[in-house]
Amino acid sequence: MNASVTVNSAEASANTNGASLLQVSDLHTSFSVQAGEVKAVRGVSFSLDQGKTLGVVGESGSGKTVLARSIMRLNLGDNVNTSGSAVFEGKELLASTMSEMQTLWGNEVAMVFQDPMTSLNPLVKVGRQVTEHVRHHLGASKAEAKALAIDLLKEVRIPEPESRLNAYPHELSGGMRQRICIAIALACEPTLLFADEPTTALDVTVQHQILNLLNREQQERHMAMILITHDLGVVAGRTDEIMVMYAGNVVEQAPTAALFADMQHPYTEALLRSIPRTTQRSHTRLAAIAGRPPDLIDPPSGCAFSPRCPYVQPKCREETPPLQATDNSGHKSACWFPVGTPENKEAFEKNLAARLPQTMSVAEGAMVNTEMLQEKAATQEERN
Amino acid sequence: MLAARLVRLVATILVVSFVTFMMVNLLPGDPINALVPPEAQNNQEFVEQLREEFGLNDPMMVRYANWLGDAVTGDLGKSVITSQPVAGEIWRRLPITAELALVAIGFSLFIAIPLGTLSAYKQGKRVDQSISAAAQVSLSIPNFVLGLLLIYVFAMRLQWLPATGWTRLTESVSGNIKSVILPALSLALAEVAVYTRVVRSDMISTLQEDYILSARAKGLKDRFILFRHALRPSSLTLITVVGLNVGALIGGTVVIETLFAIPGLGKRLLDAVFQRDFLMIQGITVFVAVVYVTINTLVDIIYMLVDPRIRKKV
Ligand SMILES: Nc1ncnc2c1ncn2[C@@H]1O[C@H](COP(=O)(O)OP(=O)(O)OP(=O)(O)O)[C@@H](O)[C@H]1O
Ligand code: SF4
Ligand SMILES: [Mg+2]
Repeated sequence: MNASVTVNSAEASANTNGASLLQVSDLHTSFSVQAGEVKAVRGVSFSLDQGKTLGVVGESGSGKTVLARSIMRLNLGDNVNTSGSAVFEGKELLASTMSEMQTLWGNEVAMVFQDPMTSLNPLVKVGRQVTEHVRHHLGASKAEAKALAIDLLKEVRIPEPESRLNAYPHELSGGMRQRICIAIALACEPTLLFADEPTTALDVTVQHQILNLLNREQQERHMAMILITHDLGVVAGRTDEIMVMYAGNVVEQAPTAALFADMQHPYTEALLRSIPRTTQRSHTRLAAIAGRPPDLIDPPSGCAFSPRCPYVQPKCREETPPLQATDNSGHKSACWFPVGTPENKEAFEKNLAARLPQTMSVAEGAMVNTEMLQEKAATQEERN
Repeated sequence: MLAARLVRLVATILVVSFVTFMMVNLLPGDPINALVPPEAQNNQEFVEQLREEFGLNDPMMVRYANWLGDAVTGDLGKSVITSQPVAGEIWRRLPITAELALVAIGFSLFIAIPLGTLSAYKQGKRVDQSISAAAQVSLSIPNFVLGLLLIYVFAMRLQWLPATGWTRLTESVSGNIKSVILPALSLALAEVAVYTRVVRSDMISTLQEDYILSARAKGLKDRFILFRHALRPSSLTLITVVGLNVGALIGGTVVIETLFAIPGLGKRLLDAVFQRDFLMIQGITVFVAVVYVTINTLVDIIYMLVDPRIRKKV
């Protein structure tokens, strides 16, 4: 691989002082394509402590998967350029060799993927898929690995684990397969788990079971988790902190309860508006966000959300709003006219008067059930 | 399901044997010329007697029906030249050709699978380009040219292996191994080129699969992922192509057995053609066709064994 990785060593050394399990600073990832550089991740920083959960939320194409894969250094192809720093257990991942990464993958850092239908090998029995990396990383014997596999399958609530070990993936349902994938991820007792939209491909009824399973395992094992989703409802009761991404940037970052109590960024607000209501069984969105995500090769100047934002003002198109703390609770956002401020209200009225399309559509459909989510966030508070 | 397959197999064999029969009979020239010594060509009575004896006066359909009736009982008639039973001749020579073909397939898979896998793994890199170029070149080398080259190097210069002839397995194991290596290699080369490409292209698409990414995310070594996760899903086309290539391989044995003076079926067939020994031609050709069709039915079955998803549907 000739993928380029640039490590910002000054920052890297500064970060090793902290006690965080994972410290990511100013991470940039772009892909060189014919038309130019696709800037998929544009300066992301966060830290994650042992046993904590971070929710990464954003629309399709906002860079969530690329962010996770950049930290994991996994399958980004030859045309990728990564810079910044990602320190995991004191070790700079961006400076690690591929064989060093291989000793971490599946062992210290594990991943659960989006689609359990395609992420298991259809021609390999479940048993081998659950145990092969245990044998590889931990040198377990065949018998030990099998015993562990049975325990794991029991733990992820798969009935008749012994016989399931001899099954092929196509003999299991989607929910079962995702349970198997979770068992695989947990097998080597990782300290960090990435779950990249682990339920998007599943039935609504199964989604909750899988998310709860992940949560339970994460807590019992005191494992850190990065839960990626496009659904704010999914992270509401299940994370310690939330990071909202738009066009490769973090636009809002806050402890979960704080975020739902005081939503500041117009994009976060728009995401919230697009959550399927729980009373509605179907996948229908209350209101999808008008417009499309921006071109990542040549992103708009100023605020990347400005072409779609109902509160957009001339300043937004000229100057990029920095991600900055708004109080001392660790709540950060990147907006010139944050939701809930008088300036925001003023901007909204101006745009309404000018009959800006996105502003009009928000005005029509604005009936957001925020109470429900605040409640969820409150349960999370109690848990901690 | 299996019964349906068998019915199809039998139907195919019937069609193939009929077409072969027609073609052998449509070869230019009257087969009777081969039977009659030149000095007796003008003896009408003698010629007529022979025609009668070999049934050459009956209409084609009747002759086919008679031949088929006998063939079902295992009687393929007698050589018009040597009077040997055709079936016995086939059984005597079959092990030689079968061994040659199997060893050739073995060699070609043994070389092609790692090459194709490496090529896919290093897609677009120099290794891949070199392998593709080599495959291209090897496809354009006729097998008898390669055979001559191998004979020159390994038999004449190095004197490691015999240039021609055949030692049966029952006579001497080491002699047998020595006599099969060069002809099998000559046959294998073209196959290697084809199989390498097939493995490469299937492997490239397999390596894009999500389950390969999840295998990587488990920290497994690349080599393990390639051979324990990617190879099986990448071998389905290969199995089909190997089956289909058996025809080309048998064609190749005719040339190679002649070049290496190996007393196999291919050489016998060629001799029969030169001698216009029509029952022999017919017997061997239909036999080969039956083998070919049977192998391709077996391939379908192997396919099911490899892919549990197909297995379940059957
Ligand atoms: N190998 C690549 N080459 C070029 N562009 C890429 C590549 N991988 C991802 N991208 C681009 O990077 C952007 C971010 O993609 P990413 O997959 O991270 O989005 P996501 O937030 O995970 O979306 P989703 O919810 O659909 O999974 C997209 O615009 C995508 O087209
Ligand atoms: S108000 Fe302005 S800065 Fe804030 S999100 Fe909208 S466009 Fe961006
Ligand atoms: Mg994604």
